[in-house]
Amino acid sequence: MNLLEVASLSVTSSDGVARVRDVSFTVAPGERLGLIGESGSGKSLTAFAVIGLLPAGLAASGSILLDGTQVVGTAEKRLVPLRGRVCAFIFQEPLTALDPLMKLGRQLAEPIARHQGLRGADLKRAVLEALDEVRLPEPERIAESRSYEISGGQRQRVAMAMALACRPRLLIADEPTTALDVTVQSEVLALLDRLVTERGMTLIFVSHDLAVVSRMTDHALVMRAGEAVERGSIAALLASPQHPYTAAFAASARRIETGFAAAIAQGRDG
Amino acid sequence: MSTVDQLKEAADADLLQPSSLDARARRRRSLVLVAGLLLVGTIALIALVSLAWLPYDPSDTTGNRLESPGPSHLLGTDRLGRDLFTQIMVGARIALIVGLGAVVVGAAIGVPIGLAAAFAGGWLDDAMSAGMDILIAFPLLLLAMLIVAVTGASLLTVTVAIGVSVSAIVARLTRVVSRRVLAQQYITAARTSGTGSLGIVWQHVLPNIWPTISVNLGLIFGVAVLAEASLSYLGLGAPPPNSSWGRLLQEAQSTVMTAPLGAIAPGVFLVILVIGVNLLVDGLRDVSDPTLVRAR
Repeated sequence: MNLLEVASLSVTSSDGVARVRDVSFTVAPGERLGLIGESGSGKSLTAFAVIGLLPAGLAASGSILLDGTQVVGTAEKRLVPLRGRVCAFIFQEPLTALDPLMKLGRQLAEPIARHQGLRGADLKRAVLEALDEVRLPEPERIAESRSYEISGGQRQRVAMAMALACRPRLLIADEPTTALDVTVQSEVLALLDRLVTERGMTLIFVSHDLAVVSRMTDHALVMRAGEAVERGSIAALLASPQHPYTAAFAASARRIETGFAAAIAQGRDG
Repeated sequence: MSTVDQLKEAADADLLQPSSLDARARRRRSLVLVAGLLLVGTIALIALVSLAWLPYDPSDTTGNRLESPGPSHLLGTDRLGRDLFTQIMVGARIALIVGLGAVVVGAAIGVPIGLAAAFAGGWLDDAMSAGMDILIAFPLLLLAMLIVAVTGASLLTVTVAIGVSVSAIVARLTRVVSRRVLAQQYITAARTSGTGSLGIVWQHVLPNIWPTISVNLGLIFGVAVLAEASLSYLGLGAPPPNSSWGRLLQEAQSTVMTAPLGAIAPGVFLVILVIGVNLLVDGLRDVSDPTLVRAR
């Protein structure tokens, strides 16, 4: 059985504008799927719809089966148990995704306590272990810090630890490295890759950056203006795009890359 | 002097200026806080002492009528020969009790309603907001008078009446601030990790709205103290022997030309408490608000 089955999903705003139109795809357990598209293509909205957390004023229609549970039109109360356990999220901007007033240790303790029923010293140990698992140095200090007291890369690692706290089967990463600088980005991607592999998680990786997606997965769904344009292996999408938009997207990505290569070569020569 | 030196000097001046401004602003703010603490502390001390010791029984005639201030009667006596300072001391206690009680009642009603409206959204939010606006449209004093007139005047009913009257203001403020917090991404993040609505409120919304709410509750305390004095002045406050400052003002009214101290003294104490609370709240906000610290 598929872990996620999205069938003719549409997301419509209250003034009747369709932000996502008739999108269908499936994700099997252990699979990794990239959701690629430019900003405004509806890729993030699709991801939020999966967990039933669309922004106010947006409504989903169609069908989303998450681990066999219908998400569209289901009461909030029945969706809460799915969140964190079946499906968890990593956000683009880790600074705003963490409560500024709460110590990070306490923030991380909340889902761990809820999921594993730990208290006191056991809970504290589990929190430090979780921080250690995302390769954070000095977990004790981080646990006592607040979000604005640590660096962007460290924040994203804390956010990852929170997302992983309830042992989710499906992890949705919404542009998790876009807000980070390039060297940190590479470390965080490597960590994410390792954790997903180690835990046998299913991954949906949302990004506008073809190069980043290709590091995480070899399979992608291309979205444009709210519609799913094409799905296939990234190699195939690059080599023989079936849709003109995919071709244009791939070409522009390639142009940037060759541009970089040329610039680097030039720098080396000069 | 070379251009480089000039540039260096200019840069140094630029660097120095904000920090010296900084120090001055910080001094001014701590001055505000200390002044507020002193004023409120004085009143609180008088109120505390009044619980254990009073110079005279507040309702006993202990001197001649309208005596001038002297060693036996610090602020003189009123038109029935009762000691004015004793009554001021009792009044301090009443002002603080009613003020604090009204704030507690107002917060106990207003905060949950505001949170519920912010959380519900949609038509329920609209209906609750409309209810708040209607209540706020009534002048505070009129609403409190109405409630006291219906329930009868006692220390408790006056406190509850003022508390209910300010609760709509608290509710509307709570709703606005909560909505701003609910729109933050850390709320969405907490939801995606499976935190339920109650957990969201306890762990994220309440702590994040508290700085704003508490400052405003402090301001509302000042409003409540004035409302209590006004109600007492109008004869709708706590009945005797509760010598509220408002009632002292009213009683001194007929003799204000011959013995002005009877009106001036409670008025001054009222002003001290209300100004003190406002300064204290201002000072506390400046000291505690991290955004103000960073904005500098």
